[in-house]
Amino acid sequence: MGMWVLLIVLLCVSARAVDRSNFKTCEQSAFCKRQKELKPGQSPYRALLDTLELSDSRITLQLINDNNKVRLLLELYRLQGNMTRVKINELKPLKPRYEVPDVLISDPFTETLSVVSQDENSLVLSLGGKDQRLIVSAQPFRLDIVEGPQVLVSLNSRGLLAFEHLRARKDTISHKISSTVGSMWDSLKKEEDKPGMWEETFKSHTDSKPNGPSSISLDFSLPGVEHVYGIPEHADTLKLKNTDGSDPYRLYNLDVFQYELHNPMALYGAVPVLISHSTDRTMGIFWLNAAETWVDISSNTMMFGKILDFVQVSSEAPQTDVRWISESGIIDVFIMLGPKPADVFTQYASLTGTQSFPPLTALAYHQCRWNYNDQEDVKSVDQGFDEHDIPYDFIWLDIEHADGKRYFTWDPSKFPQPKEMLQGLMDKRRKLVAIVDPHIRVDSGYKIHNEILSKNFYVKNKDGGDYEGWCWPGNSGYPDFTNPEMRAWWASKFAYEQYEGSMENQYVWNDMNEPSVFNGPEVTMHKDALHGGWEHRDVHNLYGLYVQKATADGLVERSGGVERPFVLTRAFFAGSQRYGAVWTGDNAAEWGHLKISIPMCLSLGLAGISFCGADVGGFFKHPSAELLVRWYQAGAYQPFFRAHAHIDTPRREPWLFGPENTALIREAIRQRYALLPYWYQLFYNAHRTGYPVMRPLWVEYPDDVATFSIEDEYLIGKDLLVHPVTDEGATAVTAYLPGKGEVWYDVHTFQKHDGEQSLYIPVTMSSIPVFQRGGSIICRKDRVRRSSSCMENDPYTLYAALNSQGSAEGELYIDDFHTFNFEKAKQFVHRHLSFSANTLSSRNLAPDSQFSTASWIEKIVIIGGSQPSSATLKNADGTESALEFEFDSTLAVLTLRKPGVNAAADWTVILR
Amino acid sequence: MTCVHLLLTLVFAVSLGTPVEIQRPRGVPLTSIQFYVENKPFTCLDGSRAIPFDRVNDDYCDCKDGSDEPGTAACPNGSFHCTNAGYRPMFIPSSRINDGICDCCDTTDEYNSGAKCENTCKELGRKEREVLQKMAEITKEGFLLKQHLIEEAKKGQQEKKSKVTDMQGNKKQLDEKVEVLRTVKETAEQPEKEAKERHLKAWEEQKAAIRLEKDKAKMAEAFFVSVSELQSHAELDADADGTLTETEAQGLMGGAEQVDTSTFESVWPNIKDKYHSEVSREEADMSCLVSSEVPFGKMFFFFFTVVKLSAQKARDDFEEAEKALREMDDQIRNIEKELSFDFGPDAEFTYLYSQCYELTTSEYIYRLCPFNRISQKPKYGGSETNLGTWGSWSGPENNKYLLMKYEHGTGCWQGPNRSTTVKLTCGKETVVTSTSEPSRCEYLMEFTTPAVCQEPANTDLSPHDHEEL
Repeated sequence: MGMWVLLIVLLCVSARAVDRSNFKTCEQSAFCKRQKELKPGQSPYRALLDTLELSDSRITLQLINDNNKVRLLLELYRLQGNMTRVKINELKPLKPRYEVPDVLISDPFTETLSVVSQDENSLVLSLGGKDQRLIVSAQPFRLDIVEGPQVLVSLNSRGLLAFEHLRARKDTISHKISSTVGSMWDSLKKEEDKPGMWEETFKSHTDSKPNGPSSISLDFSLPGVEHVYGIPEHADTLKLKNTDGSDPYRLYNLDVFQYELHNPMALYGAVPVLISHSTDRTMGIFWLNAAETWVDISSNTMMFGKILDFVQVSSEAPQTDVRWISESGIIDVFIMLGPKPADVFTQYASLTGTQSFPPLTALAYHQCRWNYNDQEDVKSVDQGFDEHDIPYDFIWLDIEHADGKRYFTWDPSKFPQPKEMLQGLMDKRRKLVAIVDPHIRVDSGYKIHNEILSKNFYVKNKDGGDYEGWCWPGNSGYPDFTNPEMRAWWASKFAYEQYEGSMENQYVWNDMNEPSVFNGPEVTMHKDALHGGWEHRDVHNLYGLYVQKATADGLVERSGGVERPFVLTRAFFAGSQRYGAVWTGDNAAEWGHLKISIPMCLSLGLAGISFCGADVGGFFKHPSAELLVRWYQAGAYQPFFRAHAHIDTPRREPWLFGPENTALIREAIRQRYALLPYWYQLFYNAHRTGYPVMRPLWVEYPDDVATFSIEDEYLIGKDLLVHPVTDEGATAVTAYLPGKGEVWYDVHTFQKHDGEQSLYIPVTMSSIPVFQRGGSIICRKDRVRRSSSCMENDPYTLYAALNSQGSAEGELYIDDFHTFNFEKAKQFVHRHLSFSANTLSSRNLAPDSQFSTASWIEKIVIIGGSQPSSATLKNADGTESALEFEFDSTLAVLTLRKPGVNAAADWTVILR
Repeated sequence: MTCVHLLLTLVFAVSLGTPVEIQRPRGVPLTSIQFYVENKPFTCLDGSRAIPFDRVNDDYCDCKDGSDEPGTAACPNGSFHCTNAGYRPMFIPSSRINDGICDCCDTTDEYNSGAKCENTCKELGRKEREVLQKMAEITKEGFLLKQHLIEEAKKGQQEKKSKVTDMQGNKKQLDEKVEVLRTVKETAEQPEKEAKERHLKAWEEQKAAIRLEKDKAKMAEAFFVSVSELQSHAELDADADGTLTETEAQGLMGGAEQVDTSTFESVWPNIKDKYHSEVSREEADMSCLVSSEVPFGKMFFFFFTVVKLSAQKARDDFEEAEKALREMDDQIRNIEKELSFDFGPDAEFTYLYSQCYELTTSEYIYRLCPFNRISQKPKYGGSETNLGTWGSWSGPENNKYLLMKYEHGTGCWQGPNRSTTVKLTCGKETVVTSTSEPSRCEYLMEFTTPAVCQEPANTDLSPHDHEEL
């Protein structure tokens, strides 16, 4: 305890907010500065059309930089599902440049690219579909993707393609160059060394850069686009801001102490995916590069060269220009052409995979604190939940649980009998998460360290020795998670016999995996550290993904491949959705942080990572009771629902703020539990399709411009609209209900509201404004118990909210809630529920699957209906029975009493 | 799930030995049985509606108050009654029925979940009785001790009160005496004052010579000591009140005003450890001498000894009286302070006053001094941390004397000042039994004392088997 205090005091000059001077601006990052000196203009690159090579799956062409004669190789792919991949590398790099592995789930399926036409300065390729063409212009080199007369996206139209080719150091190059390549040498000579090319110093840290400059850049123009989103993680608005006049958005996984809101600084994770949206089209750009990356966004009006004069454009139309700059690697970019939001999600999912399907319990409520002090503490908190009749599924242990921060161990005085503790939780059908961070205490008495050492699995410093840095345990080594053998070994450490004291109801949390190095540059690893043959510079943003992957693999393996894992990570990259949940890191108990949790998780969802949450209550500082209650109310309607608190804050278990607040928090958590069937079904769909669970309104209402910048409310799936109260002392909120001709129902009162209006909603401390879309059927389990496992066999209540046509539909998904059998053995129930023409029926969506559930339908609530004279239940075997019902004529709510049919059965209810 | 047993037949072996069958819906306590009459419409206990009796415990919630489903989990706000024969009957939220977790020791809450529950009521009952028995013994003995404490405290309080009254009377006399002696002293001091003034002038003239003289006398000073000189050595002060009075100095010198070489040999051992060499303090002494009211110096000691002796007695008398007055004031204040504490309704906590109790853990020694402060000291060296000073009683409204709050201890980094809550439980001994830090810098200490032992009710320790009947 003394040590972390010391460390934090040493590291954090300001305790109030981020110390910005610890982190680089673009100006302080040599490659970013060099790249930003290049202004839009004529590109020096020329496509050599005579080098065209065409195969079934791709087209290659050489590009030449007329200034230095260095040649690049351009590869163009047409990918299945309406995507174009553009790869640019040096034709003959001095040594290989890093290409990001393990992020794409497989080699993307290609489709034939055919040449439509060619002249001396251009090449027109067919992308199939609706008149889609890829136009390669030779001089200056640019690419345009057009659909009919419309330009969808242009690459290098502003001439910002820049490729710092690998080179030998000048002082060593002159005597090696022979006169026979004199002309080449002449052009190379013109290239002046610029500051920071061969060495760069930031604060007290020097980056040795033995490979010299290697950065890359490319610009994209999006005509007709005014709204771009994504590229998490930033504590900023949902709609990305214009970065003219400020730093670009930075993607570089960093442990930022007490981060500030509303700025483009890098945070813990990075997903280089940008989504553009207009009423015409939704598209995405996936920049597959794991090095430090900066993204500039500017709003302009369209400008086209004469080569595109056959394209129709209005000269005044808006346009968004996006420029990506990365420190190393190659240009490998996927242009996802949509056209609808759902198409972009499908396209991105086809590349990097979908959200892992979490065990149901992981979607329930999590109680965390740095730290629950000991076994007794865990027990008494567990009892506290029962005494106050508040459900929870997981209690979490932070770093203090381990023996001297040696992960995979237990502090012998605080947690002498971990299995006894875990068994106690298991008896209540609850679970525990214990943290396992990737920094390993350098300690010859620590088995994990010794094994890593003997297997030579540590990341190396530039001189080839084991890289060491400071983190929680003091001097620490960092296993090289980019090494598959290392990952396999790491995974094996989660086996029950390896991880002493662990049990099957124990899950894992990977923190500090940016990686965080307290005494490293920008609190992370030196870029010249070595992962095998690659520099840390190349792989930095991938490190955290690998840590979570190896950990999740470990949890799967320990169960013999049976159980779905649950692993929380702080650092992430494109593809991290496949391995578990993420949270928004070390936020603070401030209203602004509560508010920003919405756009932060929405941005992550757009970039494929649905399982997102923010520390409820705020990690740093002490929340007021009002803030805490509001945060619970908001968090109950976000995908990952976990309260967490810094060790220096007073305790804040839900019952410590007086009986009224306890009741408010209890109610918020109970609402979460009742809705778990809906969350589960949405996660199943996210797993199947890649659609985000938590969605910006524009995703479902892509034509309604009014929704494009909304970030204080959102949709869960497409059927629930949530507008949490995030202002201190709020007495009302104004929610925008979208959809012309649609209706929305307050889920608490069943009051009906028309779509496409801003609704003024008076609120009290108990209000959580949530609306169900007319036309939807949502299944709940209204019998809330002390953990989600206790509810697995409970009956469902169907809430059918009718649209103006008097119909509604929804889904119900059921399986064993924790194994892979849904996938491996098709053991699940997936029902389609529909109500129209006074008939409600349940139809099997997956006839080839099978699963028997004890759950049944206890009640059907039809909202916005009319009073029938009779209700008849028809079973699959043809038997019929009359259902009793009640009708509330003021709210037009019909409640059908106890249909009692099994949730997996076919049935129909007919109202007359 | 839909097939829920409506009725539960309970067979009791009552003390008469006659088996009695009582039928009632599952989860209903005997006290409510009259509301659940078979084959008659059931009226929700809140009176909101009536339903056919077959809808009681039919696993569908009809009553807003949950009263139609006492034995199923159908109602979100229902409660289930377990009889727990052999132990204590209790209500559990109906959400705990058939949730796979054994809550009722008689297993009746898990009748359809597949949970393997064992009836542990007898065992629990036995354990509880043991605990209760033990508790009762402790309470009984503790309560006796408490009575004793109360008596002592009341006696002590009475004594203190009368002592204060006495002292306040005495104080009056002392006040007067001090005034009289002051006058006497001032009169007696007049000649001395004049002598001082006379010699002050001479002193000024000879100051330089004194310095020279002092240098020469350096070697001699250690064995040529007068009372007045000793008085300038505050380090020799025996009672640490900051000044070395003449009396104290005389004490050091075996009662003499001055000593010669031979007697000095017997005095020196008393003072040598503390005695500061004049050499190092020479400059300070000089300035002190210059501004001093009376120029005490070796050259003048003889003269002053003569003059002072005449005023000395008056001065001593006065000072003695004044000191006595001060001491009496202190005593009165201390007793009044003590009397002002809230030592409980019967002053039963009085005995804790000015006591301290320690608990040693693996890392720290905790020290609780009731009504004063709590501290924590690392076992293996290091400075003491204040965990709070006495704040107030802070127990629940019905008995605030169950918790003590100590506040405003040493501040925490980026956090609040340390504070401690002391939880008092009945025990024969007065001991700190545990400490913990449930929240950062907020400590919890458990403390047993007879003072919180309640009068044992005429406890019936018989098992609860028959409570319902």
